[in-house]
Amino acid sequence: MLHEPAAKTGKDLAFAYKRRLGVIMFIVYGAIYAAFVAVNLVKPVLMETVLFSGLNLAVVYGMGLILLALVLALVYNRACGRREAAMSGAGASGAKGAGR
Amino acid sequence: MGILPVVLFVFFVALVLALSFYFASRAKSASGYYAAGSRIHWGVNGVAFAGDYLSAASFLGICGMIATAGYDGFLYSIGYLAGWIVALFVVAEPMKRLGKYTFTDALDAKFNHRGIKLTAAISTLVVSLCYLIPQMVGAGVLVTPLLGLPHAAGVLMVGAIVITIVATAGMTSTTYVQFIKGGLLIVFSTVLVVAVCIRGLTPTPDQGGRVPFRQYRTLAASVKDGAITVSDSAWQVAGVKEAKKMSFARLVRDGASTWWKVAGDPASGTVSLLETQSGVTQQGGAQLVNGTPASRENVLAPVGNMEVIAGKTGAEARTGPIGPFKLLSLIGDRQSKVRQWKEIKFADGADKVTVYYPVLTDGNRILRPGLQFKVEGTPLERIDFASLMIALFLGTAALPHILIRYYTVPSPAAARKSTIVAIAAIGFFYVLTLFMGLGAMTSGVINLTDNNMSAPLLARSFGTFLFSMISAIAFATVLGTVSGLIIAASGAVAHDIMDKFAGVIKSDKQKVFAGKIVAFAVGFIAIVLGIVFKGVNVTFLVGLAFAVAASANLPAIVMMLFWKKTTGRGITASIIVGVVSSIGLILLSPTMYELYGLDPLSAPIPLKNPGIVSIPLSFIAIVVASLLTQKSGKANQDADG
Repeated sequence: MLHEPAAKTGKDLAFAYKRRLGVIMFIVYGAIYAAFVAVNLVKPVLMETVLFSGLNLAVVYGMGLILLALVLALVYNRACGRREAAMSGAGASGAKGAGR
Repeated sequence: MGILPVVLFVFFVALVLALSFYFASRAKSASGYYAAGSRIHWGVNGVAFAGDYLSAASFLGICGMIATAGYDGFLYSIGYLAGWIVALFVVAEPMKRLGKYTFTDALDAKFNHRGIKLTAAISTLVVSLCYLIPQMVGAGVLVTPLLGLPHAAGVLMVGAIVITIVATAGMTSTTYVQFIKGGLLIVFSTVLVVAVCIRGLTPTPDQGGRVPFRQYRTLAASVKDGAITVSDSAWQVAGVKEAKKMSFARLVRDGASTWWKVAGDPASGTVSLLETQSGVTQQGGAQLVNGTPASRENVLAPVGNMEVIAGKTGAEARTGPIGPFKLLSLIGDRQSKVRQWKEIKFADGADKVTVYYPVLTDGNRILRPGLQFKVEGTPLERIDFASLMIALFLGTAALPHILIRYYTVPSPAAARKSTIVAIAAIGFFYVLTLFMGLGAMTSGVINLTDNNMSAPLLARSFGTFLFSMISAIAFATVLGTVSGLIIAASGAVAHDIMDKFAGVIKSDKQKVFAGKIVAFAVGFIAIVLGIVFKGVNVTFLVGLAFAVAASANLPAIVMMLFWKKTTGRGITASIIVGVVSSIGLILLSPTMYELYGLDPLSAPIPLKNPGIVSIPLSFIAIVVASLLTQKSGKANQDADG
């Protein structure tokens, strides 16, 4: 009766690292998002402030949040990919060593 | 209605159905039907994620809200996209590692608890239905201008086509439909934004010469002993109505009566009368539009334009082609003024009157929060706004039809990569929504009775081809999203309840058959709800679905992954509290009271968005219930398989 996974995946040696990194990045993004909501709530007039090229804080902050999500996602993927490769390399050489 | 819209519409529907029949052979097994055999490439799945996510709410609802409320509509774009961060950093890989066909699989993987099976399945059904309503409303909205059919016909058509798709080929065809549609939506939205920039801004938009710009008149009038007399004697004042601290005068000329907004201080002896648009339902049901009988030709005129562009008016204000940032800076300029339209309803004797009157809004107010959400209002109104933003942020990672897409790829790494593709595609599209919405706001294309059509009508201002393509893609958007939702719902009933909970499914074949039967039932319910909720802004409805998902599912997912003391009963309690509290708060909210035909101010719950109450309640429930059931429940192990 257990709900088994769709596809059997091997032991993920990088899991703990990925989870920790994910939580840290979530907190970073969450804090910036919370600050955005807070500014809108506490001092919405501040959002009218023109920063550059006639664009105000509301537009720059809003689009910045969208862009930041993509940047963090790419950084996260690169870090996870590297750790997965390193761990699988270490796992493979460990297995090799054990076989000697 | 031209032939091109019909041809393109039929082509897209035929394409969708052909894909379904082509992939039908892959849907014989439960794995093929519910999870596309876990063989979808992460790149395809990423764009399909975008297809799933960029539903009627994103394309129709957000653009419509930006067109009428400026930056406040863009807040939805920001919140929806931010939600993908939660999906990527917290949910994506564990979901793939733990689940099989449904969201319940992952929640129940460590517990094998009957309560989780039942409540998570019910939660999936509830969230899917909440999300289905705006999609069906969007379908009805689309077919009216595209094919000249009534709203109900559009809803029925979507229901019938989607049931065919789901009953034929399940998740594989849904994935490829979403992939194609997601890609096309982004490409043609980009084309639309480029067209908006090339056309530039003008105070007298005429849709490229297709629709003459309509100038609204102002009449001078005098006031004596409270009676208004128009200076131009061709107009007779037939009555004055007071509503929400405003006055509206009914003027008669050549036998036709129209409504005018009274501006100025009557005590000074002179006032101005501003021309409005109006719809009147007379006793007996006859409809008048702007004083004459409603017909296919006599409808409310489309609206929306800039009166002043960065301090300039008239011909010198026309910009010609401009870049996207220049467009934003000109609309948001302190010296710009946008003519917006507000609605007010009142009774005039036996007649029910709806008046649409113009207001001038400063540009700097358009491009900052406050026109829709009362961020400078009462503490309660501010809490309501915060509640919405929390639900949008936390809701994405808890949507069943999004979560099941993680099962269509072969590995957790592929799940992660497909989420990143989704963030790129969806993020880019959401940036486009701001330009499409503002383009509609300033191009004289807004339908006063339904802002959901703003983006397709903006496309129509550039010609029939773009309108037909955008509308047909938007219709395919609805088809794809509804298919995904119905699969999520049918998986919840057939896999979670009938198989895992009740144990009545004896074979893989039976599970697929049961899923198809459930798809019929859910499709039927969706059709009925789509007709009932006609006219409500679809992105607002989706915001409510996010609140239910964030309340019912997210606390359970997060605590299951990160708190080792979580128990099966804790998860069950959390889901029940999340569903009941969020739905209960919505049903007693001012928004629903308005739909019931009651006074919204008499609603017992003053909040329109329940998330700020129901999400913490759900977290509290899981902590308390888990701590109380430590002996009877298994502690959660590390989610690392």
